Amino acid sequence: MPETPLLKLENIGKDYFGTRVLSGVSFSLNKGEILGLVGENGAGKSTLMNILFGMPVIAGTGGYEGSIIIDGQKTEFKSPFDALEAGVGMVHQEFSLIPGFTAAENILLNREELNRSPLEQIFSERVSTLNRPVMNARASKAIKTLGVDIGVDTIASEMPVGYKQFVEIAREIDRTATRLLVLDEPTAVLTETESRILLDALRKLAEGGIAIVFISHRLHEIIELCDKLVVLRDGKVVREAPAKTSSLREIAAWMVGRQVDSRSGARRPEPRSPELEDLALSVENLWVDMPGETVRDVSFTVRKGEIFGIGGLAGQGKLGIPNGVMGLFPAGGKVTLFGKPVKLGAPRGALDSGMAFVSEDRRGVGLLLSERIDWNITFTAMQVQNRFLKPLLGGFLLLRDDAAIAREAQSYIESLEIKCTGPGQRAVELSGGNQQKICLAKAFVLRPGLLLICEPTRGIDVGAKELVLNTLRHHNEEYGTTIVVTSSELEELRSVCDRVAIVGEGRIAGILPASSPAEEFAILMMGKTGQKQGSGSDVH
Amino acid sequence: MFIKKFIDAAGWPRIIIALFLLSLFATAPFVGVLVSTSLSNTLERFGMNGVLVLAMVPMVQTGCGLNFGLPLGIIAGLLGATLSIELGVRGVVGFAAAVGLAAPIAAVLGYFYGHLLNRVKGSEMMIATYVGFSSVAFMCIAWLLLPYKSPTMIWGYGGSGLRTTISVSGYWQHILSGLMAVKVGHLAIPTGMFLFLAAMCFLVWFFMKTKTGTAMTAVGSNPEFARASGVDVDRMRIVSVVLSTILGAVGILVYSQSFGFLQLYTGPFYMALPAVASILLGGASVNKATIWNVLVGTFLFQGVLTMTPAVINNILQTDMSEVIRIIVSNGMILYALTRKVQVKR
Repeated sequence: MPETPLLKLENIGKDYFGTRVLSGVSFSLNKGEILGLVGENGAGKSTLMNILFGMPVIAGTGGYEGSIIIDGQKTEFKSPFDALEAGVGMVHQEFSLIPGFTAAENILLNREELNRSPLEQIFSERVSTLNRPVMNARASKAIKTLGVDIGVDTIASEMPVGYKQFVEIAREIDRTATRLLVLDEPTAVLTETESRILLDALRKLAEGGIAIVFISHRLHEIIELCDKLVVLRDGKVVREAPAKTSSLREIAAWMVGRQVDSRSGARRPEPRSPELEDLALSVENLWVDMPGETVRDVSFTVRKGEIFGIGGLAGQGKLGIPNGVMGLFPAGGKVTLFGKPVKLGAPRGALDSGMAFVSEDRRGVGLLLSERIDWNITFTAMQVQNRFLKPLLGGFLLLRDDAAIAREAQSYIESLEIKCTGPGQRAVELSGGNQQKICLAKAFVLRPGLLLICEPTRGIDVGAKELVLNTLRHHNEEYGTTIVVTSSELEELRSVCDRVAIVGEGRIAGILPASSPAEEFAILMMGKTGQKQGSGSDVH
Repeated sequence: MFIKKFIDAAGWPRIIIALFLLSLFATAPFVGVLVSTSLSNTLERFGMNGVLVLAMVPMVQTGCGLNFGLPLGIIAGLLGATLSIELGVRGVVGFAAAVGLAAPIAAVLGYFYGHLLNRVKGSEMMIATYVGFSSVAFMCIAWLLLPYKSPTMIWGYGGSGLRTTISVSGYWQHILSGLMAVKVGHLAIPTGMFLFLAAMCFLVWFFMKTKTGTAMTAVGSNPEFARASGVDVDRMRIVSVVLSTILGAVGILVYSQSFGFLQLYTGPFYMALPAVASILLGGASVNKATIWNVLVGTFLFQGVLTMTPAVINNILQTDMSEVIRIIVSNGMILYALTRKVQVKR
């Protein structure tokens, strides 16, 4: 091709403190082209974009390898300002808008139109006043380009999330120099129609000659919008392909490829418990108002002795399900445990019905950080089941039985191999893995019929991960405890569960046996809704 | 090694103040202050204030913060005391009647106070301060209007409304501090009052060991954890506020029987801060307090408060004890507040 590519990456590599996150990434992008960048969480997408935008975090951790070539010239951005200068605009995953400013003020921040005044000669531009009419006109022009209708006077904090996203993009468009626009999951917070408007706007921008790098988890958008796509896996480009001719299934397979063959042996054997036919938990039309994890309408059933997984991307509502069933957030719908209805909205009701809960927020909800380990482990059992108490005056007073508490804790410290100085140590002094074991012990002490566990391996190291998962398996096999595991790590769910439900936008996108191929899960996760998936989705 | 452990356990603020107090006692004989009298004063004040400081513990334990609303409990105590005098009962029965009348009043006031604090989670201490202020202001009117008749309490002229200071002599003055008191030369030990304080401390300690007490501690330590464990957080907080208020009521009765007077009107105003300072000096944090914090803190605070004016007065050969007392007590309150340890979540 005679045309020099606008952007060319050659052999980009990066490691953080000895952990390689990117290696040998090369691709190029022409003027007016849209490139879709896809990959699992942690595949290296964000790091790549940080390098491209000259974020200080990259230089602060030892720079990167390889070269970035813009218009045929090798460039190295020392800071985001250099990148802006060179015409690279970026819309971040987190909104960087000033909440109290209007749309126009946010869009033109630091590029304001000024009224000239003689004072300027003495005190520099800082004393000039803003020329609001011109600013508003410029801002509304940028917004119009996007094909949406947002008042330029709207305060950022009062906008719906979708609007904020558009304002961010409008800001990049207003920069006349912008030639390359990087969008990191711009549609994650948008509704279906808003996404459509945005995609149309991006297509228009590309026609105008701006090159776009589009990062998204929604694969159908990539296929629809992009000219070509690049798949990152474990820091490497595993595939570069024209987007239009790739199928969802192919892309999903490229993204998760590795795990399909390497880890399939770890999957647990088929359950063989005779009482499998009995229902343990049935959830009907559950809604949960958990901030950031809204559940809209979820129904599923879990059989006795089963390990049931709930997966899905962050913010789609998977964490809302166990938290709602447990009564920690306002919820509605019908939840039945072993044939008895569970009262929603009150943790006490759930606990009394024989559930135990391990929270994803270990430090915030799961532990009494400043108290002793044995208190942490036995507290719930003491309050709910009146155990570890000595009755006094014929049961009028219930006195804490410190000796029994320490004994119980000691037995769990031994069986779960909790590394600590003894039952009297404070929970805050332990490592993440050991804290998680305390949370498990707390749940086991209750001898629950149903164990709800969220993100069992979040923030703990590899060795502890394996131990925690084995403990769950063991408990399930030994005591026949029904377990519902919620996790962001699909592989973890596939290795420990019998069936896995994937949650998308507050609803169940599908329930598959854990042995289904990883692509099937990936497709459900990427939110290709409105189209009936493969055979597995009706295993209700 | 042992010394380091001791310092870690006791904490620097306590060691510094203890050394200061010790140096005051050491200087005292050289400037003509009788150590035995000073020690007696310290012990007396320690006993007087102990229960008031103890009233901080339940609320701190449930994370309601320091009880700046202590005047509310004190008002309940004063109501109990004045009612008991109005009834004309004297001696042990009189004191028991005062406690018996004050406790239910405190419980009712504490119940509403607790509900209020549950609505302002996160800024309990500021609201508590204003509860203290406004209850004092309200009672300033009430003391005048309530239809008390006992001539020992009402104004001599006019014949209605309670006096600002009411003597309890002839009713139950020194009913506790005089009980089994030991006198050795100038040194007097108010055994009865100490026993009463010990009993109160034991009750609080014992309560904290019960199922409810354990739940209260957990609520203070991490309310989210407690909620997820099926504990009714708001109820626990109300229980703690009621307890604190009742202890405040009992505390002022212990104080008054030793002091000899009931101080009405703006009297309760000034009672919260020294109690807060004492428990902070004792090493309590905003959501963790033990009986030891109460005892150590009260002793150090009252010790310094007694000794400093005496020693400095004699050094300077002037009578500025009241001025010095105010400077020292407020200085220590300030110091204690800067020392308060925020427990990290």
